[in-house]
Amino acid sequence: MEAESAPPSLETSHAVPSETIPLSALHYGEHGMVIRLIGGRMVLGRLMALGFTPGARIRLIQNYGRGPLIVRVRNAHIALGRREAGHILIHKEVV
Amino acid sequence: MKHPCAEGALCACSDVCVPPALIALAGQPNVGKSTLFNRLTGLRQHVGNWPGKTIERKTGAFIACGRNCQIVDLPGTYSLTAHSAEEVITRQFILQEHPDVVVAMVNAALLERGLYLVAELLALEAPVIVVLNMLDVAQQEGLTIEPEVLAAALGVPVAPLVATHGQGLSNLLQIIEQMSHGQRADHPKLPQIQADHQDAFNALRRLITRWTPPGYPESWVALKLLEADQEITALMQARLPAGRWQAVQELLAGHEDAPVAVASGRYEWIGRMLRAAMTHPVPGQIGVTERLDQWATHPWWGLGLLAGIFGLVFWLTYTVGAPLQKILELWLVAPLETAAKANLAPTWLARLTGEGVVAGAGTVLSFVPILAIFFAVLGVLEDVGYMARAAYVMDRFMHPLGLHGKSFLPLCLGFGCNVPAVLGCRIIESGWARRLTIFLAPLVPCTARMAVVAVLVPALFGASAALVSFGLMLIGLTIMAVTGIVLHRTFLRGEYTPFIMELPLYHYPNWRVIGLGVWQRTLAFVKKAGTVIVVASIVIWGLAAWPDGQPEHSFLAMVGRGLEPIGQLMGLDWRLLVALLAGLAAKENAIAALAVVCSAQEGGLAAMLATHYSKASLLAFLVIQMLFIPCVATLAAIRQETQSWSWTLGSVAFLLAVSITTGSTVYWLAYWAGF
Repeated sequence: MEAESAPPSLETSHAVPSETIPLSALHYGEHGMVIRLIGGRMVLGRLMALGFTPGARIRLIQNYGRGPLIVRVRNAHIALGRREAGHILIHKEVV
Repeated sequence: MKHPCAEGALCACSDVCVPPALIALAGQPNVGKSTLFNRLTGLRQHVGNWPGKTIERKTGAFIACGRNCQIVDLPGTYSLTAHSAEEVITRQFILQEHPDVVVAMVNAALLERGLYLVAELLALEAPVIVVLNMLDVAQQEGLTIEPEVLAAALGVPVAPLVATHGQGLSNLLQIIEQMSHGQRADHPKLPQIQADHQDAFNALRRLITRWTPPGYPESWVALKLLEADQEITALMQARLPAGRWQAVQELLAGHEDAPVAVASGRYEWIGRMLRAAMTHPVPGQIGVTERLDQWATHPWWGLGLLAGIFGLVFWLTYTVGAPLQKILELWLVAPLETAAKANLAPTWLARLTGEGVVAGAGTVLSFVPILAIFFAVLGVLEDVGYMARAAYVMDRFMHPLGLHGKSFLPLCLGFGCNVPAVLGCRIIESGWARRLTIFLAPLVPCTARMAVVAVLVPALFGASAALVSFGLMLIGLTIMAVTGIVLHRTFLRGEYTPFIMELPLYHYPNWRVIGLGVWQRTLAFVKKAGTVIVVASIVIWGLAAWPDGQPEHSFLAMVGRGLEPIGQLMGLDWRLLVALLAGLAAKENAIAALAVVCSAQEGGLAAMLATHYSKASLLAFLVIQMLFIPCVATLAAIRQETQSWSWTLGSVAFLLAVSITTGSTVYWLAYWAGF
């Protein structure tokens, strides 16, 4: 079993930089990268199976400030409630 | 020796008969599993339930290069952790039934995400073949995938496919046949947990080795423990001696982020697999789906679009369906009824067959055109991908009721008939949300109830008929909303299901899938509702015909008279009460029953009612029949889907209370208003 090197820009979970924001804070067209996930086992399991793991790149498709939002992750469009989006902490990326 | 091959199947074997190969069809939702399943099995499929659950189970038979195969369509899941019944069913099937081949279907346009489930399937040490479906869609998105490179990287066969056109099907069948004979020696390259947790994984494996259940791969069990899988955790806690279990718990407690490490490990593996096999297009392109969604999921435009689309659905249903319904009644049901009455003796048998059986069956049959069209239009919307957007747009209105947008489709089906609405609640994942939606479904005005409205309202309310009809429809929906809100704030607090929903790409409708869906839903209606309606019609007919054939003296009339004290609260006399009770067999029966007890022809019924009853009474009657206990067929469906008599009887009690209260209020308000 060979050792794997972690992807270059992945933050380890115990070092949380100050610019980490919840996914719900992204605006239309902005990009982000998933840093960390917080929350219960079951919600996290579902989010990760859909592609929200540390290192995943996200583009925000729709966010009207209230109600659910739509993001693009791993080529798919996922609709998330605001509370669920709050479980995902990201770094905003400039593309 | 008796031929054990499937009856009617083309058999190519000469002397040695082999049992059919067991094929499992797995995949994430919206990858086109149904399309492949239908292509392979055609009508040789059977729809049932997984034992003890209300999750649909489809099995079928087909032939792969002369080899008989039995295929089971596993529920669509994104992963195989014990978060939902679908995931548990899928993995238990693979672990316990040992299928000869597991066909893992992925959407080629979503390959990166789709391989997540493949990673889980490979960890189960199942014989997997990866089917790359929707290659045409992937091409449109600008993705190029090389199946052979992917197969070499994965270590399992990869079959490209465009299921909607059948391209690649013969290649897939060949590989399935080879795999079923064990003619392939595949060595899949399994995903590993992330490097920083590798030691924990190894230690865990050492702790559980030889204590795992037979047939369960040890690595898989270790991974599931690290993922905090509830079922496996409980299983190992029971199997491991106390000392070992404690060591396991300490290990897990020290690695609380292990689930993320496991998931990340899978995506790392996926990344390696795809590095050589797939090329991405230039990012930044906005596809058709996204453009359409700017309207379809807009908070306001999306709602407008939804209203418009549903207006179209109802318009189509009634414009095409109503004439068909009349034709059926005129050319099939009425002649049968007259023939039965004319040619059967004795009289009671003639009347039983004519007015009971034929009339009851006729009721069911006459609704088939309307329902079939309704299901077809909804089926198109579902297949194209629009219903996911409808659920998204409706979600914020469902929240105060404690529901999610996913409850929207089943409730919509209720506009056609409450039975498929109740059955359709299976797509709702949370148990409480499902039961609540089932509880509220009877309040959706179905075509049968609207049929009663359509007969009575125009003659009674003339100019304001449209307004009154619309108001009656709204009453049921308003009460549904109020009930949901009240229940959510009182009894069902704290029950929260996460809103996470994939919006699949829009695509051209697949007529085969839609056609089969309409067929199955309509057949289910005829079988479930139909049989109950015919029996109930006969019973009601019997109660109305005996003891002496005069409706005024019948048992049914006696019951009606007995209930008159309550009826007076709502302005209903025994005749109207009898009609209400007759509606328990099938809502539209209320009309026929009224005609019988008023000794009138159905054509002149409305006019006659207008002379004998006040508008207030009739209005109350119409309101009550909208909210009353649903027909027996719906009750049977509720009982079946909730698996509980208390919920069913509770539903009855609730609707009784609601209808009596609202009916009385409407009656007295109308009375005082001078109607």
